[in-house]
Amino acid sequence: MVEESIKLSNSREIRNGIHDGIPIALGYLVVGFTLGIAARNAGLTPIQGFLASFFNNASAGEYAAFTLIEADAPYLELALMTLIANARYMLMSCVISQKLAPDVSIWHRIFVGFDMTDEIFGIAAARKNPLNPFYNYGAMIVALPGWAGGTMLGVLAGNALPASVVSALSVALYGMFLAIIIPPSRDDRVVGGFVLLSFAASFLAANLPVIMELSGGTRTIILTVVISAAAAWFFPVKEEQHDA
Amino acid sequence: MTHNIYIYLIVMSAVTLAIRILPITLLRRQIENRFLKSFLYYVPYVTLAVMTFPSIVDATQIPQAGTAALLIGIALAWFEASLFQVSACCCIVVFAVEFFLA
Repeated sequence: MVEESIKLSNSREIRNGIHDGIPIALGYLVVGFTLGIAARNAGLTPIQGFLASFFNNASAGEYAAFTLIEADAPYLELALMTLIANARYMLMSCVISQKLAPDVSIWHRIFVGFDMTDEIFGIAAARKNPLNPFYNYGAMIVALPGWAGGTMLGVLAGNALPASVVSALSVALYGMFLAIIIPPSRDDRVVGGFVLLSFAASFLAANLPVIMELSGGTRTIILTVVISAAAAWFFPVKEEQHDA
Repeated sequence: MTHNIYIYLIVMSAVTLAIRILPITLLRRQIENRFLKSFLYYVPYVTLAVMTFPSIVDATQIPQAGTAALLIGIALAWFEASLFQVSACCCIVVFAVEFFLA
Protein backbone atom coordinates (compact mmCIF):
# COMPACT_ATOMS: atom_id res chain seq x y z
CA MET A 1 0.00 0.00 0.00
CA VAL A 2 2.67 2.45 1.03
CA GLU A 3 4.79 1.59 -2.01
CA GLU A 4 1.81 2.07 -4.29
CA SER A 5 1.12 5.54 -2.94
CA ILE A 6 4.80 6.45 -3.37
CA LYS A 7 4.63 5.29 -7.01
CA LEU A 8 1.50 7.35 -7.52
CA SER A 9 3.06 10.48 -6.08
CA ASN A 10 6.22 9.91 -8.15
CA SER A 11 4.25 9.77 -11.39
CA ARG A 12 2.27 12.83 -10.34
CA GLU A 13 5.52 14.67 -9.64
CA ILE A 14 6.87 13.67 -13.08
CA ARG A 15 3.74 15.17 -14.64
CA ASN A 16 4.13 18.37 -12.58
CA GLY A 17 7.75 18.56 -13.67
CA ILE A 18 6.86 18.12 -17.34
CA HIS A 19 4.20 20.81 -17.02
CA ASP A 20 6.62 23.34 -15.52
CA GLY A 21 9.39 22.16 -17.83
CA ILE A 22 7.57 23.01 -21.07
CA PRO A 23 8.23 26.78 -21.02
CA ILE A 24 11.83 25.94 -20.08
CA ALA A 25 12.13 23.56 -23.03
CA LEU A 26 10.75 26.17 -25.44
CA GLY A 27 13.20 28.78 -24.20
CA TYR A 28 16.03 26.23 -24.32
CA LEU A 29 15.23 25.31 -27.91
CA VAL A 30 15.85 28.92 -28.92
CA VAL A 31 18.87 29.60 -26.70
CA GLY A 32 20.29 26.23 -27.74
CA PHE A 33 19.79 27.21 -31.36
CA THR A 34 21.80 30.42 -31.00
CA LEU A 35 24.42 28.49 -29.03
CA GLY A 36 24.60 26.05 -31.95
CA ILE A 37 25.60 28.91 -34.22
CA ALA A 38 28.58 29.61 -31.92
CA ALA A 39 29.41 25.87 -31.88
CA ARG A 40 29.30 25.81 -35.67
CA ASN A 41 31.74 28.75 -35.79
CA ALA A 42 34.04 26.86 -33.43
CA GLY A 43 34.12 23.95 -35.88
CA LEU A 44 31.88 21.50 -34.00
CA THR A 45 29.77 18.96 -35.90
CA PRO A 46 26.03 18.67 -35.09
CA ILE A 47 26.72 15.56 -32.97
CA GLN A 48 29.51 17.32 -31.06
CA GLY A 49 27.19 20.29 -30.47
CA PHE A 50 24.54 17.89 -29.16
CA LEU A 51 27.04 16.21 -26.80
CA ALA A 52 28.44 19.52 -25.52
CA SER A 53 24.93 20.73 -24.64
CA PHE A 54 23.68 17.39 -23.29
CA PHE A 55 26.51 17.19 -20.75
CA ASN A 56 26.94 20.90 -19.95
CA ASN A 57 23.48 22.54 -20.08
CA ALA A 58 25.03 25.95 -19.50
CA SER A 59 24.59 28.86 -21.88
CA ALA A 60 27.36 31.24 -20.78
CA GLY A 61 29.69 28.37 -19.88
CA GLU A 62 29.25 26.69 -23.25
CA TYR A 63 29.50 29.94 -25.16
CA ALA A 64 32.79 30.77 -23.45
CA ALA A 65 34.03 27.23 -24.10
CA PHE A 66 33.17 27.41 -27.81
CA THR A 67 35.12 30.64 -28.25
CA LEU A 68 38.13 28.99 -26.55
CA ILE A 69 37.80 25.91 -28.76
CA GLU A 70 37.66 28.18 -31.79
CA ALA A 71 40.90 29.84 -30.57
CA ASP A 72 42.53 26.39 -30.10
CA ALA A 73 43.19 27.19 -26.40
CA PRO A 74 45.03 24.80 -24.00
CA TYR A 75 42.85 22.21 -22.19
CA LEU A 76 43.68 23.73 -18.79
CA GLU A 77 42.45 27.13 -19.93
CA LEU A 78 39.15 25.57 -21.01
CA ALA A 79 38.84 23.84 -17.62
CA LEU A 80 39.43 27.11 -15.69
CA MET A 81 37.06 29.08 -17.90
CA THR A 82 34.32 26.47 -17.44
CA LEU A 83 34.90 26.49 -13.68
CA ILE A 84 34.51 30.27 -13.44
CA ALA A 85 31.57 30.56 -15.84
CA ASN A 86 29.65 27.78 -14.07
CA ALA A 87 30.66 28.34 -10.43
CA ARG A 88 27.14 29.54 -9.49
CA TYR A 89 25.81 25.99 -9.97
CA MET A 90 27.83 25.00 -6.91
CA LEU A 91 25.65 27.32 -4.80
CA MET A 92 22.47 26.05 -6.44
CA SER A 93 23.54 22.47 -5.80
CA CYS A 94 24.02 23.33 -2.09
CA VAL A 95 20.53 24.86 -1.92
CA ILE A 96 18.87 21.82 -3.50
CA SER A 97 20.88 19.42 -1.26
CA GLN A 98 18.94 20.92 1.65
CA LYS A 99 15.58 20.54 -0.06
CA LEU A 100 15.94 16.78 -0.59
CA ALA A 101 15.05 14.42 2.24
CA PRO A 102 18.31 13.22 3.90
CA ASP A 103 17.60 9.61 2.89
CA VAL A 104 17.41 10.32 -0.86
CA SER A 105 19.92 7.96 -2.50
CA ILE A 106 23.20 9.01 -4.08
CA TRP A 107 21.92 8.03 -7.54
CA HIS A 108 18.95 10.38 -7.29
CA ARG A 109 21.33 13.12 -6.12
CA ILE A 110 23.65 12.54 -9.07
CA PHE A 111 20.78 12.69 -11.59
CA VAL A 112 19.23 15.79 -9.99
CA GLY A 113 22.68 17.44 -9.97
CA PHE A 114 23.28 16.48 -13.61
CA ASP A 115 20.74 18.99 -14.91
CA MET A 116 21.01 21.75 -12.27
CA THR A 117 20.46 24.64 -14.66
CA ASP A 118 19.39 28.17 -13.66
CA GLU A 119 15.85 27.38 -14.76
CA ILE A 120 15.40 23.88 -13.31
CA PHE A 121 17.00 25.14 -10.11
CA GLY A 122 14.45 27.98 -10.13
CA ILE A 123 11.37 25.77 -10.37
CA ALA A 124 12.80 23.15 -7.98
CA ALA A 125 13.68 25.79 -5.38
CA ALA A 126 10.07 27.04 -5.54
CA ARG A 127 8.70 23.55 -4.56
CA LYS A 128 7.67 22.72 -1.01
CA ASN A 129 10.11 20.69 1.09
CA PRO A 130 11.05 17.91 0.73
CA LEU A 131 11.70 18.05 -2.99
CA ASN A 132 10.81 14.84 -4.87
CA PRO A 133 13.60 14.04 -7.41
CA PHE A 134 10.92 12.89 -9.86
CA TYR A 135 9.75 16.50 -10.20
CA ASN A 136 13.22 17.36 -11.55
CA TYR A 137 13.15 14.30 -13.81
CA GLY A 138 9.87 15.46 -15.35
CA ALA A 139 11.34 18.86 -16.14
CA MET A 140 14.55 17.25 -17.42
CA ILE A 141 12.68 14.93 -19.82
CA VAL A 142 11.49 17.96 -21.80
CA ALA A 143 14.27 20.47 -21.06
CA LEU A 144 17.31 18.30 -21.90
CA PRO A 145 16.19 17.42 -25.46
CA GLY A 146 15.16 21.06 -25.98
CA TRP A 147 18.62 22.32 -25.06
CA ALA A 148 20.74 19.64 -26.76
CA GLY A 149 18.44 19.32 -29.79
CA GLY A 150 18.30 23.10 -30.18
CA THR A 151 22.10 23.25 -30.21
CA MET A 152 22.27 20.49 -32.84
CA LEU A 153 19.74 22.32 -35.02
CA GLY A 154 21.70 25.55 -34.58
CA VAL A 155 24.86 23.85 -35.89
CA LEU A 156 22.88 22.41 -38.80
CA ALA A 157 20.75 25.38 -39.77
CA GLY A 158 22.69 28.45 -38.63
CA ASN A 159 20.73 31.67 -38.94
CA ALA A 160 17.37 30.26 -40.05
CA LEU A 161 15.00 31.90 -37.51
CA PRO A 162 13.86 35.49 -38.17
CA ALA A 163 15.40 38.01 -35.73
CA SER A 164 11.96 39.08 -34.45
CA VAL A 165 11.16 35.51 -33.36
CA VAL A 166 14.53 35.01 -31.67
CA SER A 167 14.07 38.34 -29.87
CA ALA A 168 10.55 37.47 -28.66
CA LEU A 169 11.53 34.00 -27.45
CA SER A 170 14.68 35.28 -25.75
CA VAL A 171 12.61 36.66 -22.85
CA ALA A 172 10.80 33.33 -22.19
CA LEU A 173 13.27 32.28 -19.50
CA TYR A 174 13.27 35.69 -17.81
CA GLY A 175 9.47 35.61 -17.72
CA MET A 176 9.73 32.32 -15.90
CA PHE A 177 12.15 33.76 -13.35
CA LEU A 178 9.67 36.58 -12.67
CA ALA A 179 6.88 34.05 -12.10
CA ILE A 180 9.10 32.38 -9.47
CA ILE A 181 10.38 35.41 -7.54
CA ILE A 182 7.47 37.90 -7.65
CA PRO A 183 4.74 36.07 -5.62
CA PRO A 184 7.05 35.48 -2.60
CA SER A 185 8.24 39.12 -2.95
CA ARG A 186 4.64 40.28 -2.64
CA ASP A 187 3.98 38.09 0.42
CA ASP A 188 7.24 38.65 2.28
CA ARG A 189 8.62 42.18 2.60
CA VAL A 190 12.16 41.04 3.33
CA VAL A 191 12.27 38.86 0.21
CA GLY A 192 10.66 41.66 -1.82
CA GLY A 193 13.14 44.21 -0.53
CA PHE A 194 16.09 42.02 -1.40
CA VAL A 195 14.71 41.23 -4.86
CA LEU A 196 14.52 44.97 -5.55
CA LEU A 197 17.99 45.46 -4.09
CA SER A 198 19.24 42.63 -6.35
CA PHE A 199 17.74 44.30 -9.43
CA ALA A 200 19.44 47.59 -8.53
CA ALA A 201 22.81 46.01 -7.65
CA SER A 202 22.77 43.94 -10.84
CA PHE A 203 22.06 47.04 -12.91
CA LEU A 204 24.91 48.91 -11.22
CA ALA A 205 27.31 45.99 -11.65
CA ALA A 206 26.49 45.83 -15.37
CA ASN A 207 27.31 49.53 -15.79
CA LEU A 208 30.08 50.37 -13.31
CA PRO A 209 33.64 50.48 -14.63
CA VAL A 210 35.90 47.53 -13.67
CA ILE A 211 32.96 45.40 -12.41
CA MET A 212 31.28 45.50 -15.81
CA GLU A 213 34.43 43.95 -17.30
CA LEU A 214 33.77 40.73 -15.34
CA SER A 215 31.75 38.04 -17.11
CA GLY A 216 28.02 37.84 -16.41
CA GLY A 217 28.51 34.53 -14.56
CA THR A 218 31.14 35.99 -12.24
CA ARG A 219 29.02 39.07 -11.48
CA THR A 220 26.06 36.79 -10.73
CA ILE A 221 27.97 34.72 -8.21
CA ILE A 222 29.57 37.73 -6.46
CA LEU A 223 26.25 39.57 -6.14
CA THR A 224 24.42 36.41 -5.05
CA VAL A 225 26.92 35.65 -2.27
CA VAL A 226 27.14 39.24 -0.99
CA ILE A 227 23.41 40.05 -1.06
CA SER A 228 22.25 36.65 0.28
CA ALA A 229 24.82 36.86 3.09
CA ALA A 230 23.60 40.36 4.00
CA ALA A 231 19.98 39.15 3.99
CA ALA A 232 20.88 36.13 6.15
CA TRP A 233 22.85 38.31 8.58
CA PHE A 234 20.24 41.03 9.08
CA PHE A 235 17.09 38.94 8.60
CA PRO A 236 17.81 35.36 9.69
CA VAL A 237 14.94 33.06 8.77
CA LYS A 238 12.66 31.78 11.54
CA GLU A 239 12.70 28.05 12.10
CA GLU A 240 9.38 27.22 10.42
CA GLN A 241 9.80 28.96 7.06
CA HIS A 242 12.13 26.79 5.07
CA ASP A 243 10.18 25.76 2.02
CA ALA A 244 11.56 28.50 -0.22
CA MET B 1 43.72 22.61 -35.14
CA THR B 2 46.11 20.84 -32.78
CA HIS B 3 43.62 20.02 -30.01
CA ASN B 4 41.06 17.24 -30.19
CA ILE B 5 37.43 18.44 -29.96
CA TYR B 6 36.35 15.30 -28.08
CA ILE B 7 38.98 15.94 -25.39
CA TYR B 8 37.72 19.54 -25.19
CA LEU B 9 34.19 18.19 -24.71
CA ILE B 10 35.32 15.76 -22.00
CA VAL B 11 37.23 18.51 -20.13
CA MET B 12 34.35 21.01 -20.11
CA SER B 13 31.75 18.35 -19.26
CA ALA B 14 33.82 16.90 -16.40
CA VAL B 15 34.28 20.34 -14.82
CA THR B 16 30.61 21.31 -15.19
CA LEU B 17 29.30 18.00 -13.86
CA ALA B 18 31.68 18.06 -10.88
CA ILE B 19 30.48 21.57 -9.97
CA ARG B 20 26.84 20.46 -10.09
CA ILE B 21 27.02 16.98 -8.62
CA LEU B 22 29.59 17.23 -5.79
CA PRO B 23 27.70 19.61 -3.44
CA ILE B 24 24.35 17.80 -3.71
CA THR B 25 25.93 14.37 -3.14
CA LEU B 26 28.34 15.42 -0.37
CA LEU B 27 25.93 17.64 1.63
CA ARG B 28 23.63 14.85 2.75
CA ARG B 29 22.56 16.01 6.19
CA GLN B 30 20.53 19.07 7.03
CA ILE B 31 22.57 22.17 7.82
CA GLU B 32 21.77 23.35 11.37
CA ASN B 33 23.65 26.67 11.35
CA ARG B 34 21.05 29.43 11.27
CA PHE B 35 23.14 31.83 9.19
CA LEU B 36 23.92 29.21 6.51
CA LYS B 37 20.29 28.06 6.49
CA SER B 38 19.12 31.65 5.99
CA PHE B 39 21.80 32.24 3.35
CA LEU B 40 20.60 29.26 1.30
CA TYR B 41 16.98 30.41 1.79
CA TYR B 42 17.69 33.77 0.14
CA VAL B 43 19.99 32.51 -2.64
CA PRO B 44 17.24 31.50 -5.14
CA TYR B 45 15.46 34.87 -5.00
CA VAL B 46 18.64 36.92 -5.16
CA THR B 47 20.30 34.93 -7.92
CA LEU B 48 17.20 34.78 -10.16
CA ALA B 49 16.64 38.53 -9.67
CA VAL B 50 20.27 39.29 -10.51
CA MET B 51 20.07 37.16 -13.66
CA THR B 52 16.77 38.71 -14.82
CA PHE B 53 17.60 42.40 -14.64
CA PRO B 54 19.02 44.15 -16.59
CA SER B 55 19.55 41.14 -18.93
CA ILE B 56 15.87 41.04 -19.97
CA VAL B 57 16.16 44.61 -21.27
CA ASP B 58 19.33 43.84 -23.24
CA ALA B 59 18.03 40.54 -24.69
CA THR B 60 15.56 42.10 -27.12
CA GLN B 61 16.24 44.01 -30.34
CA ILE B 62 15.07 47.29 -28.78
CA PRO B 63 15.22 47.99 -25.00
CA GLN B 64 11.60 49.21 -24.92
CA ALA B 65 10.43 45.67 -25.75
CA GLY B 66 12.43 44.09 -22.91
CA THR B 67 11.28 46.78 -20.48
CA ALA B 68 7.64 46.19 -21.41
CA ALA B 69 8.10 42.43 -20.95
CA LEU B 70 9.67 43.05 -17.52
CA LEU B 71 6.82 45.28 -16.30
CA ILE B 72 4.02 43.11 -17.65
CA GLY B 73 5.75 39.96 -16.41
CA ILE B 74 5.97 41.43 -12.89
CA ALA B 75 2.30 42.48 -12.99
CA LEU B 76 1.10 39.05 -14.17
CA ALA B 77 3.26 37.20 -11.64
CA TRP B 78 1.96 39.52 -8.89
CA PHE B 79 -1.57 38.34 -9.67
CA GLU B 80 -0.52 34.68 -9.61
CA ALA B 81 -0.38 33.89 -13.33
CA SER B 82 1.33 30.53 -13.90
CA LEU B 83 4.93 30.04 -14.99
CA PHE B 84 3.83 29.24 -18.52
CA GLN B 85 1.39 32.18 -18.75
CA VAL B 86 3.94 34.74 -17.56
CA SER B 87 6.60 33.33 -19.85
CA ALA B 88 4.33 33.23 -22.93
CA CYS B 89 2.92 36.73 -22.31
CA CYS B 90 6.45 38.18 -22.05
CA CYS B 91 7.25 36.72 -25.50
CA ILE B 92 4.03 38.07 -27.03
CA VAL B 93 4.66 41.52 -25.54
CA VAL B 94 8.16 41.67 -27.04
CA PHE B 95 6.89 40.54 -30.44
CA ALA B 96 4.10 43.16 -30.39
CA VAL B 97 6.26 46.06 -29.17
CA GLU B 98 8.93 45.34 -31.76
CA PHE B 99 6.31 44.93 -34.46
CA PHE B 100 5.03 48.45 -33.82
CA LEU B 101 8.26 50.25 -32.84
CA ALA B 102 11.14 48.52 -34.63
